[in-house]
Amino acid sequence: MSVLIYVNHINGNIKKSTFETACYAHRVAQLAGAAEVVALSLGTVSETDLAALGNCGVNRVLSDTNPVFNRFDSGVHTKALAAAAKAVNASVVVLSHNSSGKAIAPRLSVRLQAGLVSAATELPQVNGNVFTVRKSVFSGKAFADYSIITPVKIISLNPNSYPVTRGNGTAAVESFNSGVSTADVKIKVLETKSLSDTIPLPEAELVVSAGRGMKGPENWGMIEELASVLGAATACSRPVADVHWRPHHEHVGQTGITIRPNLYIAIGISGAIQHLAGVSNSKVIVVINKDAEAPFFKAADYGIIGDAFEVIPKLTQALKEFKSQNA
Amino acid sequence: MKLLVCISKTPDTTAKIAFTDNNSRFDTNGVTFIMNPTDEWYALVRAIEIKEQLGGSVTVINVGPKDNETVVIHKALAIGADDAVRIDADPADAFFVASQIAAYAKDQNYDLIFTGKETIDYNGSNIGGMVAELLDLPYVSLANHLEMAGNTATVTREIEGGQEVIEVNTPFVISAQKGMAEQRIPNMRGIMTARSKPLKVVPPLPVTAYTTIAYYELPPQRKEVKLIDPEHPEELVKLLHEQAKVI
Ligand SMILES: Cc1cc2nc3c(=O)[nH]c(=O)nc-3n(C[C@H](O)[C@H](O)[C@H](O)COP(=O)(O)OP(=O)(O)OC[C@H]3O[C@@H](n4cnc5c(N)ncnc54)[C@H](O)[C@@H]3O)c2cc1C
Repeated sequence: MSVLIYVNHINGNIKKSTFETACYAHRVAQLAGAAEVVALSLGTVSETDLAALGNCGVNRVLSDTNPVFNRFDSGVHTKALAAAAKAVNASVVVLSHNSSGKAIAPRLSVRLQAGLVSAATELPQVNGNVFTVRKSVFSGKAFADYSIITPVKIISLNPNSYPVTRGNGTAAVESFNSGVSTADVKIKVLETKSLSDTIPLPEAELVVSAGRGMKGPENWGMIEELASVLGAATACSRPVADVHWRPHHEHVGQTGITIRPNLYIAIGISGAIQHLAGVSNSKVIVVINKDAEAPFFKAADYGIIGDAFEVIPKLTQALKEFKSQNA
Repeated sequence: MKLLVCISKTPDTTAKIAFTDNNSRFDTNGVTFIMNPTDEWYALVRAIEIKEQLGGSVTVINVGPKDNETVVIHKALAIGADDAVRIDADPADAFFVASQIAAYAKDQNYDLIFTGKETIDYNGSNIGGMVAELLDLPYVSLANHLEMAGNTATVTREIEGGQEVIEVNTPFVISAQKGMAEQRIPNMRGIMTARSKPLKVVPPLPVTAYTTIAYYELPPQRKEVKLIDPEHPEELVKLLHEQAKVI
């Protein structure tokens, strides 16, 4: 028996979420008494990088370098994962609850007849053959403990929910043929627009977010500067994305994306219940708003009551000084 | 084009979230229910737009009890769906729901099956992928743009750290998110005609759920906010570094 994880990479660069799932899977293997953690890598990734997954407790990596995998088709990736799950007799499969995980995990659940808990936030409680896994529900307004009753279990882990701790193990890298061919590919990729100069919001540990209080898109320069000094991703409230001041993928909240960074700085956002739903599980929340009555202050750890147009440049300056002293 | 849109019922976005029976059940007392926003705003509206453009029909499908007819199905018909199917069962878990939808859709030859990107209650993002696998169809998830030309679709979808433009032939399953369409408010005529549109009630297949919910919990309350003098944001920097340890 083993725990299988899926290696997420973009053009060969392994994503941080893979290290999170590796560390998580390592612990799951201990809890469930599984003999090993195996990773499946699809497409082209360097062997050194794959071997380094051993740092997080991965024992073996199965690597299928068939070029069909370099383009993402959920059906093809699912088929390969299912083949690997059979080959290593996996009793648990762990993926990240990110864009590719959201496409693969439900398909794999059907294919392996394995119960799935998606957006898990904690390790499972293992009780004989039943796993109980906590996940976030009601868009972050509550948690629910799901019991998976099937023999094989799939968990997709919310990004930023499990800490990465690295030791110094090395994983054995073996080539693997998952039996997938070009005939299985149903999706043709025409164009990839990478936002690689910025940090993807769902994975970001620090987030600077702004709302209608910024008055117009021309004022986002100071938000971007603050974010860049911090090394943070940028986000926004729904009305800001609706009127195209900011791109849709920055919209956080109940109908946008749910995030849980270490630090969420909300500027000129009132803190409507639908906004809070997507961000309230952030570890630390800072609110900057000129209205002392803004509901967001009730959900915040730190607050500044003041005009963003005056506070932000001063805050950015203070951070620059801090960074230069702590560089 | 024969289009199927999966719609779900969720608590209103402002609903008070509370639990009963030793925290084992969501407390629906006093809760208003709505059609899941991404199902309504993006999946359903885009399906109707495609039908308006290319002809065909839009069917909505919901797995749920009878009162879902008034809460979600009539609204979908009022917005512009042509007919509706309700699978008469409580939605036990994602696999149960997907199995019911796939069983119904199997012999119907839909060109496109839509879901919203996720429900705002259980946040699984699971139904589309499960239906696709059950029917052995391609699945395009988290799509924010869809154009049809004959049997070929051009879709923009979210990937990690970016977006991708892809091409796929019908039939396929797609989950829709923001950008796909704009919300439509039903007009009086839509509301009037909704009542006379066909609504089929189908008994469920016997399917065993893969998961059950044992227990719910609310997140811990945050402590009182600590206010910082707007003239001295360096205080905030210090607290974030020394106390919160996040920078
Ligand atoms: C079904 C539904 C789903 C929704 N989903 C979402 C969602 O996913 N995400 C989301 O964000 N919203 C969502 N909303 C909208 C939500 O209800 C609010 O309308 C929205 O979050 C408000 O955005 P805002 O805070 O940017 O704007 P406002 O509510 O207008 O707040 C602006 C804030 O800026 C402050 N301000 C103004 N000027 C300054 C200044 N110079 N300096 C500092 N502060 C200033 C004001 O005091 C105010 O608090 C949803 C609504 C519905 C009905």
